[in-house]
Amino acid sequence: MKTVFVTVGTTSFDELIECVTSEEATQVLSALGYEKLVLQVGRGSVVPDAGSFAGLQVDVFRFKGSIAEDMRDADLVISHAGAGSCLEALGARRPLLVVVNDRLMDNHQLELAKQLHSDSHLLYCTCSTLTQTLRTMDLSVLAPFLPGRPQNFATFLDQALGLH
Amino acid sequence: MMAIFWGIISGIVLVLFVFTIRLLVVVRTGSECKPGKKGSVSMLVVGGSGGHTTEVLRLVERLSQAYSPRHYVIADTDIMSEDKIRTLETLKNETYADPKFTIHRIPRSREVRQSWSSSVLTTLNALLFSIPLVFRLKPDVVLCNGPGTCVPLCVAGLFLGALGVKKVLIIYVESICRVENLSLSGKILYRLSDYFFVQWSTLKDKYPRSIYIGRLV
Repeated sequence: MKTVFVTVGTTSFDELIECVTSEEATQVLSALGYEKLVLQVGRGSVVPDAGSFAGLQVDVFRFKGSIAEDMRDADLVISHAGAGSCLEALGARRPLLVVVNDRLMDNHQLELAKQLHSDSHLLYCTCSTLTQTLRTMDLSVLAPFLPGRPQNFATFLDQALGLH
Repeated sequence: MMAIFWGIISGIVLVLFVFTIRLLVVVRTGSECKPGKKGSVSMLVVGGSGGHTTEVLRLVERLSQAYSPRHYVIADTDIMSEDKIRTLETLKNETYADPKFTIHRIPRSREVRQSWSSSVLTTLNALLFSIPLVFRLKPDVVLCNGPGTCVPLCVAGLFLGALGVKKVLIIYVESICRVENLSLSGKILYRLSDYFFVQWSTLKDKYPRSIYIGRLV
C-alpha cells in the first residue's frame, strides 16, 4: 500500500497536521496514488480521527519506542525540520519532504535541513506551500544521502593517541 | 594591616597566574600526549538528550576494544540515554570478551531555553559534581559532542591536568546538526579541546583550528 508517513518528532506541530489532513492536501495525495497516511502527532493538540478520508486510510499515534518501521514502510516521509527525524528518514533512504515551522524563529535545527536541501537530499516547504509542493514535486531529483564514516574518526584517533 | 591585605591579594594573583599558565601549557601539549602507548585508553563519554547520545554512540561503536573502560556520564533528568548506552554495550559485549563500562549521572547544567544567568549557576552546580567524578575516574580522554553537561566535565578534566594529576585529552566532535555555527558548548570548548572535529566544511573554514575529515555520523 503506497504510504505517506508524517512525523513531528518529540515536540508538536499542529499546523503541519492540520494542513496535511486538509481536503486539498489529501486530494492531491490520493491523486498521486497514495493510499495510506500515517500521522505521528507528538504532543500536539490536533489529533485527527483514524479512519478514511478522500480515499486515504489514516492512522494516528502520538509516540512510539521506535518509528523505524513506519519509516521503512513509507514511500514518502513528510517531516518537521528536526535533525533526528531528517537523518532517520534519509538513513532509511526514504524520499523526504521537510515542512519548516516558520513560527519557530532562529531554530538551529533549520541549519541542517537547509544544508541537506541545498545538497538535494530533501525537498523543503512551509505549511502554506505544502499542497502546491506535493502537486509539483519530483522525487527523482533527490540524491541519496550516504552514511557518515565513523571509521575515519576511529582511525584518526588510534593514530593521534598512539594506539598503533 | 595593609601589608597583610596586599600580601593576600598578591598571593591569590600569583596562584591564579601560575594556574592559568599551567592550564595553557596543558591545553597546548595535547598532541604530545599518547595514552594509547600503554595499550589501552580509558574514556569518559558524555551523552545527552536531543540526539547527542545517539550521535556519540555511533562514534563509540567503531572504536576498538583498546578503548576501555568506558565511563558514560549523562544528566540526571535524561530518561532515554541509558537504554541506548546499554543496547550498544550489549552489542559490543557480543563482539569482545571483556567489555568494561559504567554509567554515571550528574545534575543537568543547562535545560533547553534556560536563561544565560541561571545557566551559569546550574553549570557551577554541575561542576561541583563533575570535579570529584573526573578526579575519581581519571580518564585518559573525554569524548563529547556538545550537550550542556560536557562543559563542566571538560573543565574538570582541565583541572586535573592543570594540577599536574593527569593530562586528560579533550576530544570534541561538533554535532552534525551544526553546519554554519558552533553550538554554545562548541564555542566554549573550541580553544580548550585537544582535538576538535567539525562535520561540515563551512565550519572548518570559519574555525581553522578544527579538524574536518568528512561527515562522521
